[in-house]
Amino acid sequence: MAAVGSACLLVGLLAALYAVGSALYGARTGRRQWVVSSRRAMYALAGLTVGATAIIQAAYYRSDFSFALVAENSSTTTPLFYKLTALWSSQAGSLLLWVLLLSLFSSAVLFSTRRRHREIAPYATAVLAGLAAVFASLMLVYASPFEVLVNPPVEGSGLNPLLRHPAMMIHPTMLYSGYVGFSVPFAFAVGALITRRTGADWIRSTRRYTLIAWTFLGFGIMLGALWSYSELGWGGYWAWDPVENASLMPWLTGTAFLHSIMVQERRGMLKVWNASLIVATFVLALLGTFLVRSGILESIHAFGASTIGTPFLIFIGVVLAGSVALILSRLGDLRTEARLDSLLSREAFFLLNNLVLVGICFVIFWGTFFPLISEAVTGTRASVGPPWFNRYSTPLVLVLVLLSGVGPVIAWRRVTASSLRRAFLVPVAATAVTLVALLLFTSAAESTASLIMFCLVAFVISVVGQEFARGAAGRRTMTGEGRVAALFGLVARNRRRYGGYIVHVGIALLIVGVAGSSAFPEQRDVRLAPGQSMELEGYRLTYREATARILDDRSGTGAPITLGAIIDVEKDGERFQLSPSRNYFGSNAASAERPVAGFFEGEATSEVDLRWGLSHDLWSAVRPDLGVLDEAVRDADRRFAGAEFREAQGLVVAALAERYRRQAPPAQFRTLVSPLVAWIWIGGGVMLLGALTALWPTPDGRQRRVRSLYAARVGRELSRA
Amino acid sequence: MAALSTVVVLAAALVWTSFSAATQASTPSQVRASADPERSYELTGKVVNGSVESGAEDLRFAVRDRDGTAAVPVVYSGVIPDPFREGREVIVEGRMRGGTFVAERDSLVTKCPSKFSKDNQASASR
Amino acid sequence: MEYALAVIVLLGVVALVVAAPLRPGAEAEAKEDARRAELEAAKEAKYREIRDAELDLRMGKLSEADHRVTDRELREQAITILRELDELAPEEQPAAR
Repeated sequence: MAAVGSACLLVGLLAALYAVGSALYGARTGRRQWVVSSRRAMYALAGLTVGATAIIQAAYYRSDFSFALVAENSSTTTPLFYKLTALWSSQAGSLLLWVLLLSLFSSAVLFSTRRRHREIAPYATAVLAGLAAVFASLMLVYASPFEVLVNPPVEGSGLNPLLRHPAMMIHPTMLYSGYVGFSVPFAFAVGALITRRTGADWIRSTRRYTLIAWTFLGFGIMLGALWSYSELGWGGYWAWDPVENASLMPWLTGTAFLHSIMVQERRGMLKVWNASLIVATFVLALLGTFLVRSGILESIHAFGASTIGTPFLIFIGVVLAGSVALILSRLGDLRTEARLDSLLSREAFFLLNNLVLVGICFVIFWGTFFPLISEAVTGTRASVGPPWFNRYSTPLVLVLVLLSGVGPVIAWRRVTASSLRRAFLVPVAATAVTLVALLLFTSAAESTASLIMFCLVAFVISVVGQEFARGAAGRRTMTGEGRVAALFGLVARNRRRYGGYIVHVGIALLIVGVAGSSAFPEQRDVRLAPGQSMELEGYRLTYREATARILDDRSGTGAPITLGAIIDVEKDGERFQLSPSRNYFGSNAASAERPVAGFFEGEATSEVDLRWGLSHDLWSAVRPDLGVLDEAVRDADRRFAGAEFREAQGLVVAALAERYRRQAPPAQFRTLVSPLVAWIWIGGGVMLLGALTALWPTPDGRQRRVRSLYAARVGRELSRA
Repeated sequence: MAALSTVVVLAAALVWTSFSAATQASTPSQVRASADPERSYELTGKVVNGSVESGAEDLRFAVRDRDGTAAVPVVYSGVIPDPFREGREVIVEGRMRGGTFVAERDSLVTKCPSKFSKDNQASASR
Repeated sequence: MEYALAVIVLLGVVALVVAAPLRPGAEAEAKEDARRAELEAAKEAKYREIRDAELDLRMGKLSEADHRVTDRELREQAITILRELDELAPEEQPAAR
């Protein structure tokens, strides 16, 4: 079967190369059949990649360890969900995922635009197929998913326990969908530049795909942050780690792009800027993919020096250089159709919004690559940490939130005193009220930055609320609908606009969460024996008892042993329990000489327990102290060491776990009270809702289009009869 | 015009401060040989087998060069990342105080073995 | 052996798929459908732009004078598109709207 899979990849590469050739030939000679043929080659590539993926997934399902990939990333004891999502935890698998997503997305786009963009589409096809060919070659030459082991092991290595969390399984696919998704507007932009059709048409068609990619990427970033907070033992959600940053950068420039194309559509301005932005977004997306696989930066994800590092970097360089050259050669066709009438206009504010977003991106870029920059400049590698990132990004984010409130209501071309009053009277009043309330009733004044943030958030929410209210009221006077119906009707008829406003609210809520949890967190690390308590922010936490579970991990990771604690919590008369724990997976490297000690020194992960709340989260993690078992472990090792250790290991380890539970030695606890952190996830959810609203296709247009096409066909056929 | 100059000024400020705010990456041998006690460093290396002692208040271990034996004792307090283990590569920030590397709280990052590279290096965890 | 066989079979399938449009005769109809689809999309987009401008006027984001100018431009452009659409199929059924 592996041979068939390999064949799929090879034929897929050939199909992609053919697609490039036939698309270009069809474009040059004007013979459309070749363009159609190239599109079909793309469909074929999608089919082949789906086939190859199916073969691998089947191998995972069966635990077929003759596949090197399966042997290294799965085991017979891995739960099914993690078996089927283990594909992208390896280099070869993630390359395959890239090609799969690219071929599927490209097929979808090319199919839906098959009757349009007759000049641009062939070049876009060539670009997309070219990208697929590059990734397919990387796979075939450096990291094939279909490597076969001559002597398949009896048991696989299993999936890294840290990855055994539902969010971690979806997070890579979301990110990749985002990265890959940006290749579509990039390809169409390149096509538009080559053919000098630099009007807004290519944007209109590909805007939907840009928004889809942006949504996936944003969702993926959210999931990563959520995983970090609820799974890792440090209680934070963002560490300014190079790979985190690498995913955020294209999202920022993508956001800028989504805004500035509105200006190009309306006024024909910012053409060079838009072309550069989409190139930058795509190159950053490639860079994001690259950073995870190279060893050039010390990071949470940087998987050491990998084999595809250099060729990939060269590839990125070629893409960047080629795109820049293309833009420079077409500057004449990208000349602006209008000029800025006034600095106080929506066009100017959109440009400002873009500058701020690109500015944040630059800060992150500089900080992320600083080790390489400093090495080039001073000869020593130095790095900047989270304080530096926070210091420079915070003021820019503040400005961004302000702009997200001003942008939606400021007038096009130029503002007048009356339009300003009409737009901002209510929101400014609401903000002032909020400021006073915060100063009087909360301790928010302790952090100036947070105070400003909260006020700006109030500003944004009142602006958006006003837009909805006014829009609905206007609709009511026209259609006489009831309030609720008018609201729904308003959103339904103007999904892009109001979906966008909902996203702005989401961002505002997210910022509330970020501001609250970064300015006012409370943390305590203590060592407690059963019966002992600690206090934090009015909570009284008492370590009641130790727990030991055998093959009964609540979070479904399949861990053999789970040791934990039950904590009684009490505050203001309210009582509940938290049960953080630690999973012990043992390791396959546990040797025959130390079967038991080796188990406990194997892979272990922290299972956090936390209590969500709108005003704050109570978060706890435990690190059991296994010192009390040392003697018993040594004893067991002496008695059971030998070739038969595997059978004994399970029983002995289970017995020791039970002993830990009964003896309940003191354990190390970390407790956090994070104010408002839940609003980050809520805000993210609202952003997703807004994006989906904006993306939802309007049925009217589609129905009409289909009907008229049929009618046209009838007309044509009648004329022939 | 005003916008452009503000941007340039901000960018310049950024670039300037990054060089002074940065911590230098070093290996144990580098830090042993020539460490300025006033500067903070980012120490990278492998945890020496058998050197880990976890006390009530802190964690002590030794870090050696990736391909060498020169080692430095480290005193650390704070979150111990899940993959932390003897023989694994770690990154920790701190200063040298009389032959011992005193680490900043919560600054320990451990790389866990991965399948991505030729020699099984990989992702780190906080 | 299995590999070579699979490659040949798959290549054959792909060749069939991509060669289909290259057979003579499939060309003519595609052209007109494409032009029509292009114009329909442009028309929809133009209508949306006109509606957006109206909404902007109502919400105070476009001044009366600016809206008059913009609206006139957009409607002229829409008329051009409709005229081109009509030219495409002189016997088009009136129901198709």
